[in-house]
Amino acid sequence: MEGSINVLGYALATAGPGIGLGLVIAKAIESMARQPEAAGMVRTTMFIGVAVIEALALLAFVLAFAL
Amino acid sequence: MINVLAAAEWGGEFEGVLDPINSLFDFPPIFEFGLFGLDLSINRTVLIAWFMMALVGGIFALAVRSPQVVPGKLQAFAEMVVDFIRTIASEIIGPRGTRFVPLLTTIFVGIFALNIAKITPFLMLPPTSRIAWPLFLAAISWLVFVGVGIKEHGFVGYLGSILFPPGVPKPLYVILTPIEFLSNLVLRPFTLAVRLFANMVAGHILVVITLVTIHVFLPSMPVGWMVGVFGLVAAPIVFGFELFIIGLQAYIFTMLTAVYISSSLEGH
Repeated sequence: MEGSINVLGYALATAGPGIGLGLVIAKAIESMARQPEAAGMVRTTMFIGVAVIEALALLAFVLAFAL
Repeated sequence: MINVLAAAEWGGEFEGVLDPINSLFDFPPIFEFGLFGLDLSINRTVLIAWFMMALVGGIFALAVRSPQVVPGKLQAFAEMVVDFIRTIASEIIGPRGTRFVPLLTTIFVGIFALNIAKITPFLMLPPTSRIAWPLFLAAISWLVFVGVGIKEHGFVGYLGSILFPPGVPKPLYVILTPIEFLSNLVLRPFTLAVRLFANMVAGHILVVITLVTIHVFLPSMPVGWMVGVFGLVAAPIVFGFELFIIGLQAYIFTMLTAVYISSSLEGH
């Protein structure tokens, strides 16, 4: 077996943000279904939350190449 | 994956050393040029960026050349883009957001145009996958939201409002102030830049691997062509997905800039 251990590190690093994204998006869909008139506001807020969580996984992606 | 592709291209065994992933993004200078010790050579990335800039500038200049009350097709398109950004600005910043619509529209259209080069035939390289572009855009965003905060609250007032959020017990400031400093002034522009950069790098690698798979496996007999057919089927899906990512990243960059400006305007 050959390869870079960084790949495993990146795989581990995606687990946390993956769970976080799942939670955020599930809750957002739930609240959109409950209150369709608030869908626009919920979507905007969801994207902000998604962007913050996603940053963790993306940092891992960059560091996997950089280190 | 790259190893498998290289082995297939070489007909079985691959003994050589692979280029690092950098070679997908690094192009030799076409035109050497330097100024005051700075390397300002023109390479493919810069040419693509200039081309997209001219294209978008041309489209928008044509669209608003002779504005009509009843817009033509091109003008209606330009108005739709501006109206989309105006909705974001007024939703996030509020009535004072109108002032920032030109900036946000420029950021959105610029990032979208630079990103779309990723799936444009004959270009196939997003300039935003070089860290300089996202860093520069994030620096503009940083300057604007810090500038707006200082203009709104004064220098001391703005620093105070981000470093010492009110309604917290005094001893907690020992922990909270460094965290707030990092998250507001360092991590915000950094994550803006890295988000765009990493998405474009990952997307470019994905597109390259899909297309190289087709190129390598489709002519290979007797069984390799099946992988090539899989690549042929996957390519339109990958391109569609990339189009979605391109739009989403431009939208998120614009929206987060609006969010940061709005938090500067309000204070904590």
